[in-house]
Amino acid sequence: MGDEALALGAINAGLSGAYAYPGTPSTEILEYVQKNPVARERKIHSHWSSNEKTAVEEALGMSYCGLRAITSMKHVGVNVAADPFVNSAMTGANGGLLVIAADDPSMHSSQNEQDSRFYADFAMMPCLEPSNQQEAYDMARYGFELSERNGIPVMVRLTTRLSHSRSVVETDDEPMAQNKLHYPENPRQWVLMPAISKIRNRQLIKDFDAFVKESEESPFNRYEEGHDHHLGIIASGIAYNYLMECFGGNCPFPVVKVSQYPLPEKYMRRVYDSCDALLILEEGQPFIEKSLRGLASEGKKIYGKLTGQVVRDGELSPDSVAETVRKVAPGVKELIHREVPGASEIVVSRPPALCPGCGHRDVYGALNDALKEFESPKVFGDIGCYTLGFLKPFNAIDSCVDMGASITMAKGAADAGQFPAVSIIGDSTFTHSGMTGLLDAINENSNMVVIISDNLTTGMTGGQDSQGTGKLEDICRGLGADPAHVRTIDSLPRLHEEMKQLFLEEIRYEGLSVIISRRECIQTARRHAVKK
Amino acid sequence: MKTDIVLAGVGGQGILTIATILGAAALKENLYLKQAEVHGMSQRGGDVQSNLRISSSPIHSDLIPQGGADLIVSLEPMEALRYLPFLSSEGWIVTNTEPFVNIDNYPEMTAVETELARQPRVVAFNMDEKAKSVATVRSSNLVLLGAASPFIDIDTARIEEAIKGVFGAKGEKIVEQNIAAFRAGREAALSTIHK
Ligand SMILES: Cc1ncc(C[n+]2csc(CCOP(=O)(O)OP(=O)(O)O)c2C)c(N)n1
Repeated sequence: MGDEALALGAINAGLSGAYAYPGTPSTEILEYVQKNPVARERKIHSHWSSNEKTAVEEALGMSYCGLRAITSMKHVGVNVAADPFVNSAMTGANGGLLVIAADDPSMHSSQNEQDSRFYADFAMMPCLEPSNQQEAYDMARYGFELSERNGIPVMVRLTTRLSHSRSVVETDDEPMAQNKLHYPENPRQWVLMPAISKIRNRQLIKDFDAFVKESEESPFNRYEEGHDHHLGIIASGIAYNYLMECFGGNCPFPVVKVSQYPLPEKYMRRVYDSCDALLILEEGQPFIEKSLRGLASEGKKIYGKLTGQVVRDGELSPDSVAETVRKVAPGVKELIHREVPGASEIVVSRPPALCPGCGHRDVYGALNDALKEFESPKVFGDIGCYTLGFLKPFNAIDSCVDMGASITMAKGAADAGQFPAVSIIGDSTFTHSGMTGLLDAINENSNMVVIISDNLTTGMTGGQDSQGTGKLEDICRGLGADPAHVRTIDSLPRLHEEMKQLFLEEIRYEGLSVIISRRECIQTARRHAVKK
Repeated sequence: MKTDIVLAGVGGQGILTIATILGAAALKENLYLKQAEVHGMSQRGGDVQSNLRISSSPIHSDLIPQGGADLIVSLEPMEALRYLPFLSSEGWIVTNTEPFVNIDNYPEMTAVETELARQPRVVAFNMDEKAKSVATVRSSNLVLLGAASPFIDIDTARIEEAIKGVFGAKGEKIVEQNIAAFRAGREAALSTIHK
């Protein structure tokens, strides 16, 4: 798997610490470090962090001490970590630091299709984008060296298809030695006070030219000559594979393969100057295309997502790439053609659902019954398995935005006079970003109910340890919630009536209440049973 | 050789085990391999799919192009039909006929059967029953693998070795059951093809 190749590459390149919060499609990176024998023997850090921001900061602390660290997250995790991420370009890195962002075009399991390359760009950080599993492996070591050579963290951008696709990878025989603890050469740079930041910012702007040069000399970027210069193609990351697939490896047009940013300017120039028009193939949003629009002042055509020849949303596929090529280069004979059978008309979609035996079901069952007594209840949902409560048969939630937003949106709604205002959040999401919002609600004794549906795990992403397990009541009371209104119940079918009554009682209480409804996730419970 | 396989089923049915076994066997034969799978949200009882590509020459794309699959291998009959546009003009469908009904609007079974029967090259039988008769229902994915094996240019001995490798840790009995299921599936498929 691309995720695993990158993790193994990092371990073999002298990794000392991996920091992450789970999120599809990035989860398997830290999971791989957790089970790898070399990582265990070397005691490489691999405990889950509370959220992506803490993960990036922890990794940055390790880099400060001169050791090699990785931090991994899904694309929306970069939003949570954006503050330390962008500022880490200002402090720079001491030990090699890779920030791995796994994007999810097509939104197989996400709220949006944001493209992490934009983050690297505006932080002015180099970015690597492997196009296959071998590159993912090789880029770990290369990335650490790039990071240390230039004193800058490096982003590695993956997309779902590479993250979760397996292939054979050639590895090093021996893992490299780990770095020894050593401090930054210029310690002042790590104190981002305005006077220092101004100097550092100028330096970073200068360094950017060096990053461009690195890209031009990178083993992962290249110019491949073609005999037909009517069109030049720039293909990044995994899009390159799709292009090669539809030509069976024999593309008649010159191709620039891009797997390292900032863009390698010399190749961009060369392909632009030598071809009549350009086609940009990239997975995600039109990042390269937007960067190249400036060149187009000379009037040559640039085809891409903005101009409509490449599908704007969703993942690319060998089929969509072939269709694009057919559009911009009609009649090109090297393109492989296949008959495509029609789709079956009787097939219906099969959406995911809460597992039978899942405690979230009981919470929604009881909550729906309790809310029947009110005219206009609003339930602010959050992100996790329990988001499926939006679907039939529960249709129980009114919102799902970003992790932690259930509590804060319920608070805003309560402030606006909404009653009842209910928030429902999972245990892992609560410790990820719910606690700070709860403090706001506690401080104002907002009239709302927070239900923490605790299944003792991070369920949606496959059952990783959840950071608040065993501590939720203490956390809520510690934040200052009234102990009389921090209530706990088991989410069980036979307690349906009790749950309903408890919900009613706390909804009617004028002020803030927290209800922790608890039952182990059926998936992890099964796994535990097998182990025993 | 080149075999492009779309593996299909419903989350939790065990299609990834098939991919793991074939992957291990292909590796032993020094073949190139790419296998894309879907994780996350869709695993909760939704449809799941994996693209497995095995070839003696390098493979470019992790995804199989439409009209390019040599095989659709499915643990569920409607799921087999979902991927028809991927099947090549010479491709085969190998599928379990036992439906997995976890949605209200599952089509009439007769419609699914008619649609399958309309396809030119199909091996379809009840693999749950076959698995029960030689091992347990849980081995139905191995029956499926067996039924698909005549269409995959990898030595059966290699595949059986890989089965041992994958289930070895679970004990002798589980290995035997799975091998039995594999063989039963293969036999059933061979007898349909030669009819
Ligand atoms: C910022 C961010 N990080 C990670 C994720 C991925 N993610 C979605 S749900 C979830 C886990 C939720 O766990 P929990 O709150 O315990 O609920 P459960 O799924 O167990 O019901 C994660 C990690 C995300 N969507 N956004």
